[in-house]
Order: sequence, then C-alpha cells, then structure tokens
Amino acid sequence: MAEITMTEALNKAIDEAMAEDDGVFCLGEDVSDKQGGGVFKVTNGLSEKYGEHRIRATPISETAIVGAAVGAALAGQRPICEIMLMNFVGVCMDQIVNHAAKLRFMSGGQTPCPMVLRTTTGVGVGFGGQHSDMLEAWFAHVAGIHVVTPSNAADARGLMRASIDANDPVIFIENILCYGLKSEDPGPGYRVPLGKAAIAKEGTDLSIITYGRTVLDALEVAGEMEKEGVSVEVVDLRTIAPYDEETVLASVNKTGRAITLHEAVKPFGTGAELAANIQEKCWDSLKGPVRRIGGTFSAVPFATHLEQAWIPTKGEIVEQIKASVGKE
Amino acid sequence: MAEIEREKLLDVYTRTMKVNRTDEKFRALLMEGKVAVMYYCVRGQELVSAAAMAALNDDDYVVCTYRGQGEQTAKGIPIKKWWGECLGKETGTCKGKGGTMHITDPDTGIMVTTGVVGSGLPIANGLAMASQNNGDGKVTLVSFGDGAANIGGFHEAMNMAQLYKLPVVFLCQNNRYGEHTKFADHTDSPDISGRAAGYGMKGIKVDGNDVNAVYPAMEEAVEHARSGKGPVLVEAMCYRMMGHFFGSDFSYMPKEHLEEMAREDPLPKLRKVMLERQFTEEELDKIVADIDAEIDEAVEHALAADLPSTDEIYKDVLEEVS
Repeated sequence: MAEITMTEALNKAIDEAMAEDDGVFCLGEDVSDKQGGGVFKVTNGLSEKYGEHRIRATPISETAIVGAAVGAALAGQRPICEIMLMNFVGVCMDQIVNHAAKLRFMSGGQTPCPMVLRTTTGVGVGFGGQHSDMLEAWFAHVAGIHVVTPSNAADARGLMRASIDANDPVIFIENILCYGLKSEDPGPGYRVPLGKAAIAKEGTDLSIITYGRTVLDALEVAGEMEKEGVSVEVVDLRTIAPYDEETVLASVNKTGRAITLHEAVKPFGTGAELAANIQEKCWDSLKGPVRRIGGTFSAVPFATHLEQAWIPTKGEIVEQIKASVGKE
Repeated sequence: MAEIEREKLLDVYTRTMKVNRTDEKFRALLMEGKVAVMYYCVRGQELVSAAAMAALNDDDYVVCTYRGQGEQTAKGIPIKKWWGECLGKETGTCKGKGGTMHITDPDTGIMVTTGVVGSGLPIANGLAMASQNNGDGKVTLVSFGDGAANIGGFHEAMNMAQLYKLPVVFLCQNNRYGEHTKFADHTDSPDISGRAAGYGMKGIKVDGNDVNAVYPAMEEAVEHARSGKGPVLVEAMCYRMMGHFFGSDFSYMPKEHLEEMAREDPLPKLRKVMLERQFTEEELDKIVADIDAEIDEAVEHALAADLPSTDEIYKDVLEEVS
C-alpha cells in the first residue's frame, strides 16, 4: 500500500468524514482553497469538493470560531474548527473550558458537544515565544474534553476519524515538525480508538511514556540504548487525556522504571500527573523514582541554538535512562 | 404602525405575566428563607423577554444568560422542571447540575444559559450556522445585557454573523447597568444599536417598556433573520429594577434613576394597553391567577422533590463508551 504524509492522512480522514456525514464541516482561518487550503494545507482541496459552506474560512476571531463550533455541535452537527496555532487558544479559552467542556455536564447530559478543535504547534521551527508552546496540560486539567496527538501519519488518520466520531469535544494537537512524516496508508475508514495508547517499541528495563513528536526521539534513543544492553519500552499515549492508564501501568509494572517525556515545559506538565499516578499505583514494582523530562521553564526562544537548548534533547533522554537503570 | 393583533397581544401579556409572577415568587421564597440560591431578578425586563419569545417559533433556538428567567419561562420551559433546577433537585431540567445560571432545555429551544457575560453570542452563531447548513429554517435569538456589548466576543460574533448572513437575532436588553456600573460609566457612545452599522448589520433601537414598540420590533428582527437577509441587533431599552442579583445592594442607583424606572415600569403600561384594547380587568386577573396557581404547584413539587444522587458528580462528564 502507498505511503502518506501526516498532512495527507489528516486531509483524507476529514474528507471521508465529510463525504459520509453532511453534518461534518470545517471552520477556521484560511481553511478554504481560496486561501490555499489552510496554512499547513490540511484542508487542501476540500472547499472545492464540498463548497464554502462546509469549509468556512473565517475572520481572525478565535472566540467566534470556537463559539460557532460549540453552537453547531449543540445543534447536532460535527464541526471541526481550527485554531491555527496552539498559543492562540489563549484568545478563546472561555469557549473551550467554560462551554465546550462543561455543557454536557451542566445540562445533565442533554447537550453533548461533539466537536474537534484542531491546532498545531511545535518547538524547533524558529517561531519564538508565542507560536511554539505545547499547552496540552491546560486542557488535560479540564474535565469533559479529550486531548489527542498523533506521532505518525497512520495514527493521525485513525485518531482524526475517531475524534470526529466522538460525542465530546476533542483537542487535536498536530506538531508542525510531524506533518511530513510518512506511514503506510492504513486506508479509508481506519480508526484509532480514543483513550488507547500504543506500545511503539517493546522493552523490558524501562518505560518511556510520551506522545507526539517526542515519540520519535524516544524511539531513536531506545534504538541506541539497545546496543548498550538497555531494553527501553516506548509508550505512545496518542490520547493524552483521559489517558490509557491500563497500558501505562502495565508497562511500568513490567519494566519497573519510568520516564515521562514531553516537549511542554516540565513543571506542572502532564508528566507530573503521570509520575504521581505511577508512584501511587506501581510503587511495589518501581525500582527507582519516576523521572520527568520536559521543556525548559521559560518562553520558547527564537535563536536556533537557544531553541535547541530549550527543548528536551536526545542526550538528556540518554542521561536520564542511564541514571535510572544505574540506580537500582 | 399596524396594531398588534389582539390574540398576539394577549400572548405577549400572558408571557409577560408568567415572567413577572415567577420573579415575584422567587423573590418571596428567598425573602422567606425557603430557598437560598443565586437568583438574578428580571423585574423591569419582563416585557422585553416576553415580546422576544412571542416573536419566535416554538422550535427556534434561544441562548440566554444568568438573568435568563424571562427568556426561559416566556419560551415555555416546563415550569416544574424549571423550579426543580433552580432548587437543585433531581427533577430539574439538568438534574440539579446546572442551576439557576445554567438552565438548559433543548425541547423548548433553550440551548445554553451562560454565566459568562458575552459568551452566548458566538455560540448563537454556531446554532444559526447549523440551521443555515441544514436548511431547517430556525432562527437563533441570543439575549444579553448592555455590559456584554463591551467584551471581545460581542465584536467577533457580530462581524462573523453578518459575514455569513446567519439567521441570528442579537437582543441587547439595555437595562442601563452592567453589574454595578451605569451605562454612561462603561460606554461613551449613546447606544449599542448604533454599532450594528459598523458591521453592515441592521440595527434597531426600541423602547422595551412599550409593547406597541417592542413586539413589532422583535417580529421585524425575527422575520429579517429568517428570510436569509442576515442578523439583526436589537437594543431594547429597559430597566433593571433590582440589584445585580437578589439581595445585592443597589444604593448606587441615583434617586432620579429610581424615579425614572418607576415611571417607565412596563407592567402598568402593558395593563393600560390591554384595557384600551378591550380586555377586561377580570380576564387579565384570571390569567395572573392561573399562572400563580401553576407556579405554586410547581414550587411545591420542587420543594418536595428528591436531591440528585451524589453519583451524579461522575456522570455526564464524557459520553460513557462501553
């Protein structure tokens, strides 16, 4: 079967969902073909196919975009809204946190809010402090939403379909540096269920729990460590919240050691929640403390060498693995 | 201007009194200490809500605010469920999980009641966008106060609604106060409706205390939105005759303002219009008595109802997928 990029995978998932269900539509800044099909081309070709009503290019109005998605979802449609870059969620948090996330609960289950909020971000492209942050922990801290991020093109296709199917809001985070990643195309209708992690690589000595772009770093380091006789298991959460606790705990119970790894800043990050939960529930299996790796606690800097120093490096992952296995 | 049809006038009157009697009852219960919940009084704004709801179809959508009792009861929300929700009972519209600030009843089109000033406008656009997408012919009306006109979401929503010609009626109930701040202290322009022009939108400013002005204005706005011509901003001038919420001090309202309010009270004015249109005192009193009886029964029902089970805190967070 042919290979596809993550961009193509997302496009195909949205395309087939729109073909199957008239209630699926997209809205966001520059998403129509008149503007080039989205800044990262994810919706390329779709307005020509489905018309401007179903691929609605919007003004630069994040609150109005998310609010419209909430309203349309309440009316039974399945909107996919796009917040061009993740930092811009700061503009529309009220609609996400006070409305999308809570309307099912506050209405006693009468008004579920089936919408996908696509957004992209990533450190390593020189976008500086207001266009690079991974802010998944903000959303993982709110009840009533799923937070999803793919690390490869096949998962992107399957997770996007499952997110559109979901009867609750999904924050779907795409990493700019992952758009060009290729996978074998899993084909039409492929779905990766929400809340199910994947074992990206099996191992026996230590578990790295990660998601998104840092899965690639973890896999690369795991390959190198194999040569040094350390068997690293890589757990790709795929859904960050609510996460697949069963798979995470089973992996740590097996290996006895855990490192959490994410691009987002380390303090109060999702790694802290994972580490705390692992220590509460896998205490008897643990051979040492759970270690956390995350971005530096400052704004993402602009200059390339600063940006590279800011982000968790492969060297740091190797160091933490060695410290972990050496500390029995 | 053509006279309002007699039957429609009676409808507006009945809805107005439903709102007013509900408000009076709520305040009485709070005063007597029979209930202790947050309640945002609608005294003075009954007619605006009633006229707006009377201009809508039963299946049209409504988005309102914490001061939404008027829209909710005038739209026809089942009153036992409404009181159940306000009292935090399992018989409530939202099983007691939403409360006075978050009443939802999709069956009567009450889609969202938001506790966040200005947040309803963008959501109303989405409901209207769904109607535009699927051609169901519904209009969405979103109600908010003058205070909401100064939050960013107002501007974003107005521009987007006009851009797409969404079937939305933006109803600004200009009650002259945003929380404790009077209109002139939060806005320098003379009105809110004038802003419509800046979006290329139709704007209407109307006396919300005069049924002969406010009902036709609402009908015109709803018709405009439904016809596909796009949204309308209606600014209905009215008064919030009580504090921001029940029990809150409103000594910050100057004496002249209180006098002006008393003069402009929409209820005696409406009664006068009804009598002029040959409705009898007896007829009008009977309507109020029937409403009171229904409310009393609903309140008793709500007071006697069970509290929601504590298990409810775990339910309706996300869809339960087996």
